[in-house]
Amino acid sequence: MSFIRQIHDTHTASPNSKNFFRRLYKQKTMHIIALLFVVWSIIFAYIPMSGIYMAFSDYKVIKPIFAAPFAGLKYFQQFLSDPNVWAALKNTLGISVLNIVFGFPIPIIFALLLNELANVNFKRVIQTVSYLPHFVSWVILGGFLINWTSDTGLINDILMRLSLVKEPIFLLGEPKYFWGTAVISSIWKSMGWSAIIYIAAIAGINPELYEAATIDGAGRFRKLVSITLPCIMGTISILFIFTIAGLLNSNFDQIFVLKNTLNSSASTVLDIYVYRMGIQLGRFSYATAVGFLKSIVALVLLLITNKVTDKLTGSSFI
Amino acid sequence: MDPRKVWPHIPFFSRKEQVIPFRRIRRKKVKRKPGEVVFDTINIAFMVFIFFITLYPFWYIFVVSFNEGRDAARGGIYFIPRIFSLDNYKAVFQNGDLVNAFILTITKTLVGTTLHVFFTGIVAYTFSHKDLMFRKFYILFGTITMFFSGGLIPYFILIRNIGLYNSFWVFIFPAMFSFWNMIIMMTFFKELPSELSESAKIDGAGFVKTFVAIILPVSMPILATIALFSGVYQWNDFFTGVLFTTKKELMPIQTILYKIISESSAVTMLTHVNLPDVVAQRKITSESIKLATMVVSTVPIICVYPFLQKYFVKGIMIGSVKG
Repeated sequence: MSFIRQIHDTHTASPNSKNFFRRLYKQKTMHIIALLFVVWSIIFAYIPMSGIYMAFSDYKVIKPIFAAPFAGLKYFQQFLSDPNVWAALKNTLGISVLNIVFGFPIPIIFALLLNELANVNFKRVIQTVSYLPHFVSWVILGGFLINWTSDTGLINDILMRLSLVKEPIFLLGEPKYFWGTAVISSIWKSMGWSAIIYIAAIAGINPELYEAATIDGAGRFRKLVSITLPCIMGTISILFIFTIAGLLNSNFDQIFVLKNTLNSSASTVLDIYVYRMGIQLGRFSYATAVGFLKSIVALVLLLITNKVTDKLTGSSFI
Repeated sequence: MDPRKVWPHIPFFSRKEQVIPFRRIRRKKVKRKPGEVVFDTINIAFMVFIFFITLYPFWYIFVVSFNEGRDAARGGIYFIPRIFSLDNYKAVFQNGDLVNAFILTITKTLVGTTLHVFFTGIVAYTFSHKDLMFRKFYILFGTITMFFSGGLIPYFILIRNIGLYNSFWVFIFPAMFSFWNMIIMMTFFKELPSELSESAKIDGAGFVKTFVAIILPVSMPILATIALFSGVYQWNDFFTGVLFTTKKELMPIQTILYKIISESSAVTMLTHVNLPDVVAQRKITSESIKLATMVVSTVPIICVYPFLQKYFVKGIMIGSVKG
């Protein structure tokens, strides 16, 4: 008995630092694997983050990033007085706001309406079909649009037959149609996929709530407004926060494919401007400055929207 | 403990859950008010409209790609080909550049997805151990990368500096991990019964062996989810090719399609078609070949995704709840 206690005492009476390294050694495989991820993140995420120094310096291509002479806020001043940046901002905000005003409610409405369908099989078919556009790349969709908006393309064909227009309209060739085309095609592509979250949230509502409402004499519409909507308000709020935080972002793949020299006054959004200035024209420091400010604003927007939504509905992300 | 017997008991993908989470309303035979009947009719009509407007664009392109090129340029084809022709597809499959691009796309999708699922998975499994030292630090490390990034320009310079420019691996290495997917997998692994790993430890298996032999077979549902997300990303990604490759052999089919569609300078790529008599009669046009290429690039995904619905619906739910 005492012999066992002796062994027990020597094995558990070690000081903490010895325990620490012993535990670390026992977990060594796990830490090696975790280190894989850490190294990868440093290379592909954190080193580019440090490249933000380029926004504050006169970066020269032939020299490494940190060898560049410090330039302070020079490039920030430059782009704040550059009318192209403000034009790009206008395009970005225009498309984003339209996307939010029209594109945010539509998946919600779609989910609510889908939920009201009686036939389960019909529901499934519609839902399956609805997210087909999500799986197709913007290159393909861009190809669709370009094919249809040509002079003999489908859209002009239908419009002319219905006598809505006298001549073919060149949807992708004129700036005034670009925002609309981008927003409508974006909604078409993402409606079904975005609705998945809402459909899942609606499915998670306790059915007893509906039964109690029926007993109280509530009709279908009343149930929708008083039970379904409030229950998914949390989901809606969180997604709304993300959407607002992405106000300065744009669907890069989409705009990149749909843009051309004819519609560029309407299609140059901030991300495209950064691409053109940086990759195509080689003005690295300038482009990095624009991109950096954009992500700071996005972060601020995220925090503000989070606070506001928290006060309004009681649910928040952070 | 036989891993195969664990599958029904994993709550994450319980068989009792429906494929698509709809709640079943037991509609008693209550007479519907006339207002409700009107609403239901309009709703059904609306859904049929959605059905049509979602599918018709694909059907249109499909139909026109099977139509003779020059005839198709006249327009007016809506539901079936006017002059059926397989020439467009013959042109696509006989064009060496396009075939190479397809092979490259398939390769990068297979390699990229396999590596992504394995590495993201094994790191997610590591992070799902609550007793992992520094766990909070690791997770914070990953979370920061989700919110903040250096932007396009520093990333571009990095890829050039580490020698991935014009290399096949530019499609693979940057896509090897995704913290978002890691979170989804972590959630899944946490719900696995601990007897699994314990019995493996008793049998003397090391960490990696446990992962490969025990955890992976049992985690097929979540692996399918992540594989789908990663596969779709790899298949559809065109921008990596645009930014980081200049050699034709390294351009996946989406990048080539992009160049054909948006940059008319690459139309010359399509003129190397080995059907001299057909070209002479100008029965195929660059437009019709374009459409055939688009159909071939899209059909694989369209055929696959309906069968994996259960997985990505669940994946999205977990990702958004946890995220």
